[in-house]
Amino acid sequence: MACFIVSATEALIVTVAQKMIEKKEKSPEEVKVEFAPGTIQSAHGIKFSEKLKWLRTMLWGGSGLLAFEHVWHGEVIPWFPFLTAASNPADAAEMLHEMSTVGVGMALLVTGVWAGMVCVSALIEKNAIASSEVKK
Amino acid sequence: MTLLTSVFAAIICTILWYKKAPKSEMKLGTLSLMFWGASLMWFVDAIFEYAELGVLYFSPAPADMLNDFFLGLSVVAFGLILWLIILMIKDPKGVVKGVLFRKQ
Repeated sequence: MACFIVSATEALIVTVAQKMIEKKEKSPEEVKVEFAPGTIQSAHGIKFSEKLKWLRTMLWGGSGLLAFEHVWHGEVIPWFPFLTAASNPADAAEMLHEMSTVGVGMALLVTGVWAGMVCVSALIEKNAIASSEVKK
Repeated sequence: MTLLTSVFAAIICTILWYKKAPKSEMKLGTLSLMFWGASLMWFVDAIFEYAELGVLYFSPAPADMLNDFFLGLSVVAFGLILWLIILMIKDPKGVVKGVLFRKQ
């Protein structure tokens, strides 16, 4: 009904947070990394704000495509109140229930997957630096 | 069907992104993240629908399946249009600028 609104709201918050962090963040230190076997090069890791962009893109992209699906099903309309479910109290209650269950679930899963991506990328960075230090 | 269509779009885009990485001239990373985001959201939707319908979820009527597939393809087309707009605005290869400005 309107589950995408939860993810779109989170996307807005993440976008603002990402812009604020980007302004304050310092450039990461230069490190030696082995990109392919036998080729050690100087490089620097990506900033946290860059990783926040992954979450921002997933949230905006996902909620945008879901909004399209809702337009397809006639649940989003181009005139007030924009959501067909908001036109009567019974449907509005059902819509709010769906937002608090399916909508929150969607936002949590996308955020959880992003957190996993950040953890895995941190591990890859750590291992790449460690292995190139051994080979120096 | 919509979930499946968007998952396949995400997988194809991720493979294409990996082939071109670390260059991001075509912004394929953005496109694949968009489809992955949508796929994860439809996955949650599918879980809730499965909890409601049970095994009936896996045997939809042919007309519903066709409609869902049509929707899935339309979603992919919409995603590609959004990506093209982002590509034209960001213009990582400077193609749009090259069309708008003549080098002296």
